[in-house]
Amino acid sequence: MQFYQHQLSNGLNIVAELTPSVHSVAAGFFVRTGARDETDSVSGVSHFLEHMAFKGNDQYSADDVNRIFDEVGARYNASTAEDVTTYYAAVLPEYLTTTMEMLSILMQPSLRQEDFDIEKHVILEEIGMYDDMPSFTAYDNVMATHFSGHPLGQSILGTNESITDLTADQMRTYHKRQYHAANITLTVAGNTDFASVLSLAEQYCGDIPSGICARELPPVEPQQRSEFIVKAGSGHQNVMQMGLAPLASDPLRFAAELLAVIVGDDSGSRMFWDIVYPGHADSAELGYNEYDGAGTWMTYLSCNPEHTSENLQRMQAIFDVVNSDGVTEEELEQARNKVASRIVLRGERPMGRLSSLGGNWLYRGEYSSVTNDLEIVRNIGARQIWSLLQKYPLNVNTTIGVGPLETL
Amino acid sequence: MTHSQISTQVLSNGVTVVLEQMADVQSAAVTVLQPAGSVYDLPGKSGTAALLSELLTRGAGDYSTRELSAALDNLGVQRSVSPGLSHLTLSAATTADRINDTVPLLAAMMTSPHLSDEHFAPAQDLVRQALHALEDEPQQRLGQYLRRCSYDAPWGNPSSGTLTDVDNITCNDVRQHFNTYASPQETIIGVAGKISSTEICDAMESSFGSWTGGNGADIQTSPCDSSPRHINHESAQTHIGLAWPSVPYGHERYFDAWAAVGILSGGMSSRLFTNVREKRGLCYSVSASLNTLKNEARVFGYAGTTTERAQETLEATVAEIRGLHKGLTIDELRRCQAQAKSSLIMQQESTMSRSSSLARDTWHLGRVLMPEEIRNCIEKITVEDVRNYTLEYAPKEIVLVTIGPEPLNADCLRTVTTAV
Repeated sequence: MQFYQHQLSNGLNIVAELTPSVHSVAAGFFVRTGARDETDSVSGVSHFLEHMAFKGNDQYSADDVNRIFDEVGARYNASTAEDVTTYYAAVLPEYLTTTMEMLSILMQPSLRQEDFDIEKHVILEEIGMYDDMPSFTAYDNVMATHFSGHPLGQSILGTNESITDLTADQMRTYHKRQYHAANITLTVAGNTDFASVLSLAEQYCGDIPSGICARELPPVEPQQRSEFIVKAGSGHQNVMQMGLAPLASDPLRFAAELLAVIVGDDSGSRMFWDIVYPGHADSAELGYNEYDGAGTWMTYLSCNPEHTSENLQRMQAIFDVVNSDGVTEEELEQARNKVASRIVLRGERPMGRLSSLGGNWLYRGEYSSVTNDLEIVRNIGARQIWSLLQKYPLNVNTTIGVGPLETL
Repeated sequence: MTHSQISTQVLSNGVTVVLEQMADVQSAAVTVLQPAGSVYDLPGKSGTAALLSELLTRGAGDYSTRELSAALDNLGVQRSVSPGLSHLTLSAATTADRINDTVPLLAAMMTSPHLSDEHFAPAQDLVRQALHALEDEPQQRLGQYLRRCSYDAPWGNPSSGTLTDVDNITCNDVRQHFNTYASPQETIIGVAGKISSTEICDAMESSFGSWTGGNGADIQTSPCDSSPRHINHESAQTHIGLAWPSVPYGHERYFDAWAAVGILSGGMSSRLFTNVREKRGLCYSVSASLNTLKNEARVFGYAGTTTERAQETLEATVAEIRGLHKGLTIDELRRCQAQAKSSLIMQQESTMSRSSSLARDTWHLGRVLMPEEIRNCIEKITVEDVRNYTLEYAPKEIVLVTIGPEPLNADCLRTVTTAV
């Protein structure tokens, strides 16, 4: 396993972790753009653009792009988040050249009007699909409320109205502003050599325009808010809550990951034993999410509507005890073992390493090997958990309900 | 890269253990298929297997629930237990150096669960709440509904149970289910990773080998109702499910059927994705996949679309299914073959994926298909093979189910195809 890094003359960053002992190679562009870089008038444009990227350029049609990716047996896709838009593919090593050419097309698509008009329908359908998923409705709303007035409060999908009103020209303007080489990291993991990666990057990414793309990282100042979205006829209640947690750049993020496992993992955690195991709820979890300049504790509760209020009290009681007493050494050791095992298993596949590699570079400009990650996790003790709890206690600012309840 | 080695061992009580030694990984994974799935749920007791699956983690052998959980967590074992149709499936993975110590814990869960009264009510609460949550997820609900309208009972029964039955099940029902159906002779264990086959076989024999279990039982089937159906739901989209017969894994035409579905829905250049989504923008999700039982199979199709476009989406999707035999090209077939080759090779990077394939192959075929063998079968397929298959197995009848604000007109399903 060897790490390599380089920057092209146009500013495009390349990071690679290469090894001959795996069967495949994964490559991806991590573009530092997402919903947070949008204004209300173009809400959803990052995600819509991610779809449009696959419509090709002057040389390749949309059919060509999909066909060629399929011809080389690629496992490929793209995703849009608040902070980052990712385009990636895993292939057998002999197809890396073709794959790099196709991925690079996604960075500079033609954005043709006729493709835009058809794809708009697909985006509206995707919004409809997520509308039928209560947990997604809860997530979209808890983010919008917790980050109200902050860029991270922008919806990833946008709304029916914002997408309907969006024009291809607005998308072109956004693309020109955000898809600069310095805003893009090419990430490669798996079975290839760095000379090939560099040569392919020069060939296919050398003409991506250079330029600077600023992003503001204002402080997050959530109000205490609670809102219930009523789904008439539903017999089940979903609740998501959010509080402040370490930023992506904060070394306390590792302790935050361990604490989330101890308090709210889907099995063997305090929330599991106190809430799920006795049958009070079918799901009660705590997660830690990192963002550029922000971080959240996010809870998810799914239960019988009648038991919602008492389950939220149980969750708060767990938080209170952890905030005042910390966690036990036994819990810490179990969490270290769980997280270490996840790191090893995820790291066995190039696709698994790709997200870690790209995320670390994008958020922190650093590389961390599996061995280094394991070492960090092994060294987290009670002292770090206390530091974390002093700076970011388990608190909830925002509550969103989706289900039959109008209020608690 | 090193090629892996596969071997089979039958334990003294009849449990089949299939092993694959993978040199280039650091982990090991175990998949246990235990023949106590939902097809054995008695009439009026749908959800018994789901409850058993929930109870397997609630104390087993010498371990209380908490002790079992702590022991597994200390070994870093990622695990899940799920009720399937024919089997309960336990999947577990951890770093390779810990797998031998993990085996006794997995064996305790699968051979000597406590199934105690004190744990029954909370487990029942969980299963009931999960079923209520499912009512609000139309896409997932549709999958169950489609299966029920496609396969004879009990093969179409939902493995998660039903709200009407779950309250009728007692802890004794669950114990009887386990004691009757979970038999060692029908249990299959797949193990893949950086393992020593001698050590893992010893661990399996000492942990699973003395289990006596039940004797299994025959399954009585009853016909399903496959007329067009609709569930009213105030959802944003109309969720469309389609099903038609195919051939099961192990059938001589299986790989032709696989290629046909691949051309229909195997990638972003497939016919459904290109013609229903990309060219017409009718939906975000449109797909078809092969679902295989041991002796029969279906293709399940799905499309989710807003109500005003649902009829057009149904008709466009059915036209692709009915017209699959038309204009088949070598390029379409080669794309499917490339994807299969890629998947087969990439599977060698995942111990979880391999252990699952070992166990499932053994159940379906009585042996493991080596990746090279599958590759040969796939590379041999010709366009003519696929064309012949799509004509010979052209669906005489397509089952339609929908969930959404309005039912759809099913006339387009009745069109009979003609050979071109």
